[in-house]
Amino acid sequence: MAVDVIPSKAGARAGRQGLGIRCAPPLTLLIFLGPVAAGLIGTLLPAFGYLPALGGDQLSLDPWRALARYPGVETAALRSLMTGLIATGLSVALVLYFIAAFHGTAWFQWARTVLAPLLSIPHAAMAMGLAFLLAPSGWIVRLISPWATGFDRPPDLALAPDPYGWSLVLALVIKEVPFLFLMTMGALGQVPAQKSMQIAQSLGYDRATGWLKTVLPQLYGQIRLPIFAVLAFSVSVVDVALILTVTPSPTLGVLILRWANDPDLSQNFVAAAGACIQCLLVLLAIAIWVMGERFISWLGLAWIRKGNRRAPHGVKQLTLTGMSLAAGLGIAGLMGLVIWSFAKRWRFPDSLPSVWSLDNWGRGFARVAEPLATTLWVGLAAAGVALILVILCLEAEQRTGRRPTHRALWLLYLPLIVPQIAFLFGAQILMVVVGIDGHWAGLIWAHLLFVLPYIFLSLSDPYRALDSRYARTAACLGASPWRVFRQVKMPMLLRPILIAFAVGFAVSVGEYLPTVFAGAGRLTTLTTEAVALAGGGDRRLIGTLVVLQSILPLILFAIAAAAPFLIRRAAFTGKKRL
Amino acid sequence: MLFTRGGLKKIMLAMGLLAAFQLTPPAQAQEWSQIEQKARGQTVYWNAWGGDEAINAYIRWVGERVAEDYGVTVEHVKLADTADAVRKVVAEKSAGRNDGGSVDLIWINGENFKAMKDQALLHGPITDTLPNYALIDTKANPAVELDFTIPTEGLESPWGQAKLVFIYDSAVLQDPPKTMIALQAYALAHPGRVTYPAPPQFLGTTFLKQALYEVVETPDALLQPAGDNFESVTAPLWAYLDKIHPALWREGRDYPDGDDALIRLLDEGAVDFALSFHPGRASSAITQGLLPDTARTFVLDGGTIGNTHYVAVPYNAAHKEGAMVLANFLLSPEAQAQKQDPDIWGDMTVLTMDKLAPEGRALFDALPRGIATLSPAKLGPTLPEPHPSWMTQIENKWLERYGS
Repeated sequence: MAVDVIPSKAGARAGRQGLGIRCAPPLTLLIFLGPVAAGLIGTLLPAFGYLPALGGDQLSLDPWRALARYPGVETAALRSLMTGLIATGLSVALVLYFIAAFHGTAWFQWARTVLAPLLSIPHAAMAMGLAFLLAPSGWIVRLISPWATGFDRPPDLALAPDPYGWSLVLALVIKEVPFLFLMTMGALGQVPAQKSMQIAQSLGYDRATGWLKTVLPQLYGQIRLPIFAVLAFSVSVVDVALILTVTPSPTLGVLILRWANDPDLSQNFVAAAGACIQCLLVLLAIAIWVMGERFISWLGLAWIRKGNRRAPHGVKQLTLTGMSLAAGLGIAGLMGLVIWSFAKRWRFPDSLPSVWSLDNWGRGFARVAEPLATTLWVGLAAAGVALILVILCLEAEQRTGRRPTHRALWLLYLPLIVPQIAFLFGAQILMVVVGIDGHWAGLIWAHLLFVLPYIFLSLSDPYRALDSRYARTAACLGASPWRVFRQVKMPMLLRPILIAFAVGFAVSVGEYLPTVFAGAGRLTTLTTEAVALAGGGDRRLIGTLVVLQSILPLILFAIAAAAPFLIRRAAFTGKKRL
Repeated sequence: MLFTRGGLKKIMLAMGLLAAFQLTPPAQAQEWSQIEQKARGQTVYWNAWGGDEAINAYIRWVGERVAEDYGVTVEHVKLADTADAVRKVVAEKSAGRNDGGSVDLIWINGENFKAMKDQALLHGPITDTLPNYALIDTKANPAVELDFTIPTEGLESPWGQAKLVFIYDSAVLQDPPKTMIALQAYALAHPGRVTYPAPPQFLGTTFLKQALYEVVETPDALLQPAGDNFESVTAPLWAYLDKIHPALWREGRDYPDGDDALIRLLDEGAVDFALSFHPGRASSAITQGLLPDTARTFVLDGGTIGNTHYVAVPYNAAHKEGAMVLANFLLSPEAQAQKQDPDIWGDMTVLTMDKLAPEGRALFDALPRGIATLSPAKLGPTLPEPHPSWMTQIENKWLERYGS
């Protein structure tokens, strides 16, 4: 009985003292509703022919007709859908089976150490690394040529980029596996995994089977939204697709960017219509995924009922190979670009540069000083503001006992689901009206739109799953909600909070389109500089920029990994002295 | 060292004064000095494609010079695509920001210029106001006032000229093909070693135009807007492409992004020819370590396509005076000679040598020519750009036949 009374008492206290905190969720949503609404209107109206600045004064279906007439638009849409679904499916399967089969082993520790840094590498950087590794003139072919292959010229094969989208899928898997792995790890601490496993193993289940049958069903709900975000991202990704699909076989996102960039401004209408299709495509992908979930849980239920104790051995080996391959390719591609940043001449088929030089760093560094500074302050500011807003929202939710409605939650995820390109055109008009385009505030705001949902995705599940009895116990001992927050929740959640901050920072570093639109070209980051050069093809400069791009988030992740231990040790020794 | 930096500056200063007092009528000179006065202290946001480090470095140099001489700060807004700047102005117009716009100067030509001109998004005419515009003999070189056959009407100020050239490696190939037909024959004999960027990429479109000029029966028709004659005039082009495509690099299922990507492919040995719009490109690529020093340039027998690129001021620019001062400086012999230096950029000047004072001409005579750059005499005749209506239709038809 007493247990029932205390939370409401805490809630009442929050009502008296914390009016500010109760405003946090609506305030946070408001920051998003403006640009989301503007973005959607800015997409929808031109899609139906209305954009007075371009002479579209009345509604019409012409943009849709033009879209339907465009050669290859259906195959591009299908390519987006398939690559997105396959990449997400592969990533989820790899991560879940790997955790099932290897948790508590040395391989698992290895994966943790290797995958966390990979998460921080911007998508475009990873894609460029992979492109260099797998290209016909890439590092792998160079290493085995000409002695093994006889090639003294690169073979005329479309390896990466390729016309089918396989290298795109590969790059997405390499990038999404670390994200899903860390999200799953974060969530894993919040379910009674160990207990379930003990029981399962005492009943004779092997590690993988026991985990899949007892832990996964409890865990899946917690990682579902991160999976949706990955899916939406993979279906609508533009920068990776630009780097890893061939010009005549693009994805829908690349086509939309082409229309939006077309000097013939009337193509903006087609781009808007295409963006609507892109939105529908994302929703379709999610619907297919949900159907897949149902099917697999139906199959899984039958499998659980059958009571098999052992998983087939081959699957385990396959998963390990897949994980090693994903991590290995990611790291090797980056190593190739690191070497490029120290090269002067590196012709095909040399395995290593023939002339080394520090020129790229000498000349390169003066050039990147400004974008480097911009990248730093935008990333730190956006992640910092987003983290505060998210923690306030979650805290308000726990104190009032009111969870955001399902619809409100989806609003928060809109920036991740509405394709960036369409969304940002509308948002840009809004920023020009307010007068913050090309201004630091506008840039931070634009980054916030994409950073905040990721921080929310990363933090909300661990935060909610924290055993509420700790807070209740503290409240019983007379601690105020703020004190509970400061002295109980914060220390216990320090690790997920720091990881969330690092994720937010890494997202900000990797953003391309938001920087281009909100920065109005005046504020540039390492990523916009790198993508401006990516088409240019000088791998030495690309290497330099990619190395810089990767180091910044890496530092943040290193801090996120080390800080809890350091702080705990400091606190512990401090208390001992007392 | 005849021209040390300081000495050069003095000469230029003297020439600037000469230009101001001799070549411009007094009323205009007065107007111009007012513009210079207003410009002092302004920051000009110059939106220019930022994909080439050599060009970016030149723009930085320009910024230093106009800050020194005119107190104008130049901020280079690096674009991945010039259309980004056009879109920005459109967005500002639709938001009702008719002054105080964020774009002060755009590096522009062709379709982007046409789009802005058609929608009245440009300030001007400006060229008559610029004192250095008098250094261009527009009667002898009318092409500078026709941007892809569209009359510029003074709304954009010429900055440089481009001309299509081919690059090859003389260590691999002794005798490169000198016509588009010969290039087709070369591709058929060496499958996978010829390619071009996919339209609507600019250089790819130019490759098609170049082929069109050679195979078309009536080249003059290309200077008029395309009409009902489109199918009949372009039929030989599609026959040409149908024949060459199966023999292209990747059998025509993939295309390089532009001249940088082509130069990388040439350097790797994947293809045998690169295309560029900069006659000095091969030399600068050798200097930058992007091509072997055996790389050389060649042009086709009947001439190659050339065009002019410009700078323009948007109608709502916040710092119009600063932008005009910058545009005028870009036309100075000092800036034009620096730009034509192959070690700096290697972009051809728009100035007419006869109009320059002897000191100005000396600047150009003193320029080194890169090891792989053709002399002006060997660059051959320049073919004019066809009317844009041809290219819009050709790009569409190309996409239908060979695109996605």
